[in-house]
Amino acid sequence: MRIGLFVTCLTDTLFPDTGKAVVTVLERLGHRVEFPAGQACCGQMHFNTGYRREATPMARGFVAAFGGFEAVVTPSASCAAMVREYYPALAAEAADESLARAVAQVAPRTYELSEFLADVLGVTDVGAYFPHRVTYHPSCHSLRMLRVGDAPARLLRAVRGLDLVDLPDAESCCGFGGTFAVKNPDVSAAICADKVAAIRQTGAEVVCAADNSCLMHIGGSLTRQRSGVATMHLAEILARTEDAP
Amino acid sequence: MTPPETAGQHAGPATAGPHPETVGQHPAAGGPHPGMPTYLGMPSFPVAARTAVADSQLRRNLAHATHTIRAKRAGAVGELADWQELRAAAKAIKDHTLANLDTYLIRLEENVTRAGGHVHWAQDAAEANAIVAGLVRAAGADRVVKVKSMATQETGLNEALAADGIGALETDLAELIVQLGHDLPSHILVPAIHRNRAEIREIFRREMPDAPDDLTDEPRMLAAAARSHLRQAFLSAKVGVSGANFAIAETGSLVVVESEGNGRMCVTLPQTLISVVGIEKILPTWRDLEVFLALLPRSSTAERMNPYTSVWTGVTPGDGPSDFHLVLLDNGRTTALADQVGRQALRCIRCSACLNVCPVYERVGGHAYGSPYPGPIGAIISPQLRGVTSEVDASLPYASTLCGACYDVCPVAINIPEALVYLRGKVVDAKRDKHLSPERAVFGVSGRVLRSPRLLAAAQRAGYLGGRLVGRSGRIRRLPPPLSAWTETRDAPAPPRESFRAWWARTRGTGR
Repeated sequence: MRIGLFVTCLTDTLFPDTGKAVVTVLERLGHRVEFPAGQACCGQMHFNTGYRREATPMARGFVAAFGGFEAVVTPSASCAAMVREYYPALAAEAADESLARAVAQVAPRTYELSEFLADVLGVTDVGAYFPHRVTYHPSCHSLRMLRVGDAPARLLRAVRGLDLVDLPDAESCCGFGGTFAVKNPDVSAAICADKVAAIRQTGAEVVCAADNSCLMHIGGSLTRQRSGVATMHLAEILARTEDAP
Repeated sequence: MTPPETAGQHAGPATAGPHPETVGQHPAAGGPHPGMPTYLGMPSFPVAARTAVADSQLRRNLAHATHTIRAKRAGAVGELADWQELRAAAKAIKDHTLANLDTYLIRLEENVTRAGGHVHWAQDAAEANAIVAGLVRAAGADRVVKVKSMATQETGLNEALAADGIGALETDLAELIVQLGHDLPSHILVPAIHRNRAEIREIFRREMPDAPDDLTDEPRMLAAAARSHLRQAFLSAKVGVSGANFAIAETGSLVVVESEGNGRMCVTLPQTLISVVGIEKILPTWRDLEVFLALLPRSSTAERMNPYTSVWTGVTPGDGPSDFHLVLLDNGRTTALADQVGRQALRCIRCSACLNVCPVYERVGGHAYGSPYPGPIGAIISPQLRGVTSEVDASLPYASTLCGACYDVCPVAINIPEALVYLRGKVVDAKRDKHLSPERAVFGVSGRVLRSPRLLAAAQRAGYLGGRLVGRSGRIRRLPPPLSAWTETRDAPAPPRESFRAWWARTRGTGR
């Protein structure tokens, strides 16, 4: 399958290893991955903060970069949700019919990595090896917007050597919420404190998720507390093998 | 609606913990009505929330209370295999009603009038309060007994009546605690969720002249004290004031759903009954009520059925009030109804399930929302009913992480995250014509950078160099404002030497 990688601006800028890991996993499964260089940001931060007008040109940029792929895969549930759930409304609001047509073509083919692997490709064993104790935080948009269900857990259970431990109160938000983290920093930190306490309670060495934004938030607290618990994107765990641990 | 969780048979009307001395809700002196709190001049949500979050006891109490009711609700809802169908039916009934509200309102008016009741139309809170005050005086009364009602909280009826020399006694236990404490409610269903039983004992001893001398903080004793305090008022009151959970257009019947039985007393004992009801509370037919009586108790108190459901239709000679008045309240609802996205908030049946699952409400409580409607539903209702001009109303759509837990539990499927994001757009647009704010400048510039691959790549290179100045071992511990809000409690990742797109270009070529 010819897959367009939508790496997202955050992962591109701050977490390039996640992008490389997505390429590794998809190519290992025999697919052709392309990175259209015309891509930038999906506009989620602007849209969710109320700057809807500013988000529209970003949607235009997205559909221009990703038109024509059989599938668009991204290591971010919230960015996939932005494209799938909110682009149609954005196009309608802008009264831009050509954008609406392009969105109707691209948005339904845009997938978060774990749902693409488990539900579209039907693969749960991606040949990974990761001999560590790991807990998984189901990010809100993966859970309640994309409804990826247990796809990430199925993928993690198939990783050789990996000890997956349940996260207490897993489905609670981590308190990131995009600009919420800066607009309401006290509440955001209070929510995060409980998430971090739950993570530490598991005794896991690594907490993983399908969104680097939430992991940046959780990880920022974990390192500030010198907890010794590492954050890793799901893709980076799936990319590890016995040969390249 | 009356909260069952506040009844005396439970472990106290509120959870253990002190009251948050927080958000400036006690202008006890100097306000328009001394001793009465007001929502006027509330600070923005982040400011009020900061104080609330700092109260660790309050946070523990709220966490305990919300987690308990959350789990119980999930159990009660899980018993019904057709919950999603019920939810879809409720949404469809409400949407149909709202789309034909003019028809159903007139039908309701006709049927209430035919049954011997009187219907009054109030455009805003002031009109509603004036109508009620006039009716109370016409009945020759200077005090009323009240059923817990969100509509009269919204209009500030008690304060307005007080200004007219009319005393209003809240008879719901938790509302009584709030009223005696010169306080504001902090939850739709459990208004005194922020008070513990020791505090309630103190309030009763201080404010309730007939409280027994040996009053302890045992829930049963507190409830008994309140009961005997209220009994005489019930028996002597000439006028009762209520809201309604539902108004049935085809029969002109009103429905109040409660658990304590005080509501039943208020709507049956006085000669005159005045019900203040938002125009969105209407249901077309009796059959529609079935759906909502299945959804509401399970969503709000996790009960299969609430203990008391009172239904009345106009007046019945020799049985109950002989004089019945229905005050239909708009107060911003028709404005919300005109809004394609915002109107879904009018489906709300005030169950408060969204409060109990909200990660923000759980840490902050209700006062910071600056309105009788706290939590996620308040964050979309208040800015629509009141507009987004005040600081607190403009900040409410941002008082959410958009985690979506509220939408999942809402029994009438209000897409609260969608409405929040939409209202954020309204807040931003309302400020567009005014002076350029720092935030708008940031979003304007970042918008141009983030839609241009070339500028983004340049910013990534600059970010790496900047990050090297402040970051050590991949972590940044301190950033300048406004990002200092992040690094106060969290490290930030230092930008890597090579972005993904730079790596791809170096190793794979430039792509298309």
